[in-house]
Amino acid sequence: MTLGHPERPGGSAEPPLSGLPVQPVDLVTVTVDGIAVRVPKGTLVIRLAELMGIEIPRFCDHPLLDPVAACRMCLIEIEGQGKPQPACAIAVTDGMVVKTQRTSDMAFDAQEGVMEFLLLNHPLDCPICDKGGECPLQNQAMTAGQGEARFEGKKRTFPKPISVNSEILLDRERCVSCARCTRFADQIAGDPMLELMERGAKQQVGVAPDAPFDSYYSGNTIQICPVGALTSSLYRFRSRPFDLISTPTACEHCASGCALRTDVRRGVVTRRLAWDDPAVNEEWNCDKGRFAFRYTADGRIETPLVRRDGELRVASWPEALDAAARGLAASRGKVGVLTGGRLTREDAYAYAKFARVALDTNDIDFRNRVASDEEAQFLASSVAGRPLGPTYDDLERAPFVLLAALETEDESPIIFLRLRKAARDSGVRIASLSAVNSRSLDKMHATWLPCAAGGEATALRGIADGQQGEVLDALRQPGAVILVGERLAGVPGALSAAAALSAATGAKLAWVPRRAGDRGALDAGALPTLLPGGRQVSDAGARSDVASVWGVAPDTLPAAAGRSTDEIIDAILGDAARVEGEESRLVDALLVAGIDAEDWPDADALRQALDEVPFLVSVATHHSDVTERADVVFPAAVVAEKAGGFTDWEGRVRSFGPAIRHATTFADGRVLAMVADAMDIPFGSGDVASLRAELDRLTPSDAPRASAPQIAAEPSVDPASGYARLATWRLLLDRGRLQEGEPHLAATARPTEAQMSQATAQALGVAGAARVTLATEAGSVTVPLRIADVADGTVWAPLHSEGCALLAIGGRHGGVVRVTGGGA
Amino acid sequence: MTPLTPVITEHWDVPDLFTLEGYRRNGGYRALPKALAMDPDAIIGTVKDTGLRGRGGAGFPTGLKWSFVPQNDGKPHYLVVNADESEPGACKDVPIMIANPHALIEGVIISSYAIRANHAFIYIRGEVPQAIRRVATAVREAEQAGLVGDNIQGSGFNLKITVHSGAGAYICGEETALLNSLEGLRGQPRLKPPFPATHGLYALPTVVNNVETITNVPWIINNGVEWFRQFGTEKSPGFKVFAVSGHVNRPGIYEAPLGITMRELLEYAGGVRGGDGTVKFWLPGGSSVPMLTADHLDTPLTYEAMVDAGSMLGTGTPMLFNSTISVVKSVTRWLEFYKHESCGKCTPCREGTYWITSVLDRFEHGAGTDPDLQLLEEVCGRIMGRSFCALGDAAATPYPAAVKYFRHEFQAATHTPVDESFPPAAGYVFTEVAAR
Repeated sequence: MTLGHPERPGGSAEPPLSGLPVQPVDLVTVTVDGIAVRVPKGTLVIRLAELMGIEIPRFCDHPLLDPVAACRMCLIEIEGQGKPQPACAIAVTDGMVVKTQRTSDMAFDAQEGVMEFLLLNHPLDCPICDKGGECPLQNQAMTAGQGEARFEGKKRTFPKPISVNSEILLDRERCVSCARCTRFADQIAGDPMLELMERGAKQQVGVAPDAPFDSYYSGNTIQICPVGALTSSLYRFRSRPFDLISTPTACEHCASGCALRTDVRRGVVTRRLAWDDPAVNEEWNCDKGRFAFRYTADGRIETPLVRRDGELRVASWPEALDAAARGLAASRGKVGVLTGGRLTREDAYAYAKFARVALDTNDIDFRNRVASDEEAQFLASSVAGRPLGPTYDDLERAPFVLLAALETEDESPIIFLRLRKAARDSGVRIASLSAVNSRSLDKMHATWLPCAAGGEATALRGIADGQQGEVLDALRQPGAVILVGERLAGVPGALSAAAALSAATGAKLAWVPRRAGDRGALDAGALPTLLPGGRQVSDAGARSDVASVWGVAPDTLPAAAGRSTDEIIDAILGDAARVEGEESRLVDALLVAGIDAEDWPDADALRQALDEVPFLVSVATHHSDVTERADVVFPAAVVAEKAGGFTDWEGRVRSFGPAIRHATTFADGRVLAMVADAMDIPFGSGDVASLRAELDRLTPSDAPRASAPQIAAEPSVDPASGYARLATWRLLLDRGRLQEGEPHLAATARPTEAQMSQATAQALGVAGAARVTLATEAGSVTVPLRIADVADGTVWAPLHSEGCALLAIGGRHGGVVRVTGGGA
Repeated sequence: MTPLTPVITEHWDVPDLFTLEGYRRNGGYRALPKALAMDPDAIIGTVKDTGLRGRGGAGFPTGLKWSFVPQNDGKPHYLVVNADESEPGACKDVPIMIANPHALIEGVIISSYAIRANHAFIYIRGEVPQAIRRVATAVREAEQAGLVGDNIQGSGFNLKITVHSGAGAYICGEETALLNSLEGLRGQPRLKPPFPATHGLYALPTVVNNVETITNVPWIINNGVEWFRQFGTEKSPGFKVFAVSGHVNRPGIYEAPLGITMRELLEYAGGVRGGDGTVKFWLPGGSSVPMLTADHLDTPLTYEAMVDAGSMLGTGTPMLFNSTISVVKSVTRWLEFYKHESCGKCTPCREGTYWITSVLDRFEHGAGTDPDLQLLEEVCGRIMGRSFCALGDAAATPYPAAVKYFRHEFQAATHTPVDESFPPAAGYVFTEVAAR
């Protein structure tokens, strides 16, 4: 039998089994329990046994962590060795004869002995332990244990529990010292703040005083803990594993595309775990993806609402559908559609189709953030409707990765993990063009290319012009990748420069949006210039292709480019004057889904537009500034209640089924189909399967693309005295609505603070200040100041964090803020 | 009777031997110029030919260990001297460092030159500040005299010596735990392979040798292979600094060829003190080797003969016990030591020592049971050979040997507290103050 790389007659190769290298490798012959196999040299005995279906018990072993051979549970016999050897740390050699517990008394006795030792000090509190029922110690005690305890002494105890951070609790007496959590912190996350301390039987996991386990990935330690030592504040004592219904799902919090498992107890999401997808998140996820799910249960809109006599009142579905259909039908051709990042690709597609088919408009835009026409053109030319790639694996194999205005840990945390792995294990070189030399750069061994906020376009042009020869040379190596962050949309010329740099060097280019739904919405055509699959609205052939899939006449699709989000809002705000001038309105109605005014770069303008638009339909999961002003509100299903899919930054579709079965809510696509039906417009059933089938016919596509934008970089103007450029992005954990209801998670957020260099602080006269005030025309925030590695002339502060609501005062990346010391 | 052969200890009666001047006056630093004129590989070859075996306990051939270091690999190499002498009963490295630190330093310079190390570390047990002071001062003297530093004696060879103080962990005597500790990490053993010879300190080629081993080197260079091999046996050549302790009338350091018997050493040490005047049991080299009895007093103290007798030479620091001492209590104390010093990394050692001590505690108080006797053997058997490093094996060593020779004492401890069977006062020695 040959595992991994078979030599078959005729030379055709089978696809390799997962877990083994893909490249041709030297094979060696190994015998395990009497079965001879050929495997790649260097395979660990424990991995080989797994491939053969032989289960060797283990605790400290984890395939993604370096071997440590500490727990000794996996001891097996190797012929010729006088004593048992740890299968997790022994690499196979040619002719090796391995005997596991199935065929070796030595191995059996060794494992039974280690299990007995492990249970010595382990409390018998399985009935109240979170892990009970899904516990490797419990399970392996059944297979490798002896059933009777012989230890009659006193078990070691500790005061319990201690918190290693606000979300994670540690019951030390349950710990078996496998060091998975500490190795995860050190090797995978790069946040080595969790460490073993003391020695002997007193050895324990711990954190330094006043230094909690400060990591965005801390929840993974709970999942890989082979006992119940680590538990979360959120899940502790809430459920038993066998009371949960588990569903493989995808994460809705960002565009990293994590595979998750959602556990539901009595119709309520109770826990989420990282699920195993070697191509994407491996076996990890971030704490937001793991712990931010309380929003699915709290404060939901449960019934349709219709405004009568100026007040929103509970309404029946037929009543609400009728009201919406009449209002929208009356405004046909003059309806704006604003969708947000909550939507699955199928739902975004339903809006894109509904806008064209039912509302006869291209006024649809998914970008509820800083956006630009340049960005729309960039997305149309380089991203929308493209097939998969570059991928995570491409990052890991790349000779060089350039990050441009992308703070991976905050904006796409799994990209960070993969890049850290690439740098640590494969020596991939990484450089980051950013205003801030953040902690993540150090963890990725990345080179910082300092760049004042707003100067990214000039800097990218400079790289292309050879101003940083090393970077240019690195980008020219085959396989190099450029990752651009979404905040480049706010820097005129930056995306043009990135596209040009990619074209000039041959480096692959990927756009990394922050929200989970953005790439899917783009591919689905939720943009004023694009139809599904990156087809251009202006292209008659493209319209005809899409019309045929939609079963409508080609000439019925609107041909003129629509309005972007900003243009829709501007049009509404201008309509009052038009009405006064006895002109007709440009926008008579708005259909709004999945957006939150607080996310808006100019929330006041949005609120005003929502106030002024004559008819407003909102499809929402929770009450917001939008629903308050709506004429008709439809309750929508949250991700956990529906089937669908997200398209991650790679372009990989992450489909999932409903975790909460038999939910009484409808997905947006079904709501729209019912509205269309009430409008008497053929739309289809709007169920996820038919939407997905249509969408998959339309994207990816090789339809003609728009050309790349060619906007020149704006010459940088030094801010006036007392002002600084603002570098800002949203921290992973901030005031986002989907994080509500979980204070333990919120408490692990990074501190709200402003950062600037010593030179900048001196120039601004705030060098000695403990706090600084950042002011725009709309207001100010006052936050603690930390002197840090920030490009001169730039101040960094989080965009939307507690105590630093820059977004609400119009703060935007690349803009200027007035900086003064002190303040309350 | 085998004569004593003071080599390393020859001039220990010279009051200022620990100074550079005292060492030089007594023949010190004469091997150095000779060595620096040799090809480094020739030094490795010489040490190999002597058959010198590591004096830290395991007895691994020193020259062979040196030859594992890849040469001309363009990487920095390190020599690390293991001076973390912490084995219960072992007291030979500390006296060497206090009495003649320059001999160690001369050995360090020559050994570093041989393995092409330009930086050597001496990791000294933190509890012996006297030794740390002596060695640190001697290094400074050697630096000032141009014996350590750049271009030593015009040879073009550079060497820096760093004296490092441990922080009180027995496990740091294990060579990879020592390396971790030296790097500032937790003192826990590392996974092998890779071995220190290729991935040692800072993951670079490293030789870790015991103090006594390295101190042998200057004499080997001065006197040659044949001279060295005239001492000892074929498999255990050379001389050994035996530190005899316990119930003997003249405990202390006795340097003799390997192969001398315990009976001879005991005679040099003035015979058994107290009790009925006989040896009840003894350990050839620290608490980590199985105990022997009076029946083994004529067994040669060599690596091979000790193994044949069911024990090990270990550190070569015999500890003898007279008839007043309870085997049960001795084993209990040793196990308490191993429990306290277990680093916690691996399960068998961490939990096994916890378990054994809890059972031994019952025996000590006369509350052991017959099944406990069997249980202890099984528990020891499940530690032996299954722990991460040799500390676990060491912890599983005392009981099986003790019960082999003194089962009746454990059986007695199932009903009678040890302090009743062996009143501690019987072992006390009273000395009139005036007589001192």
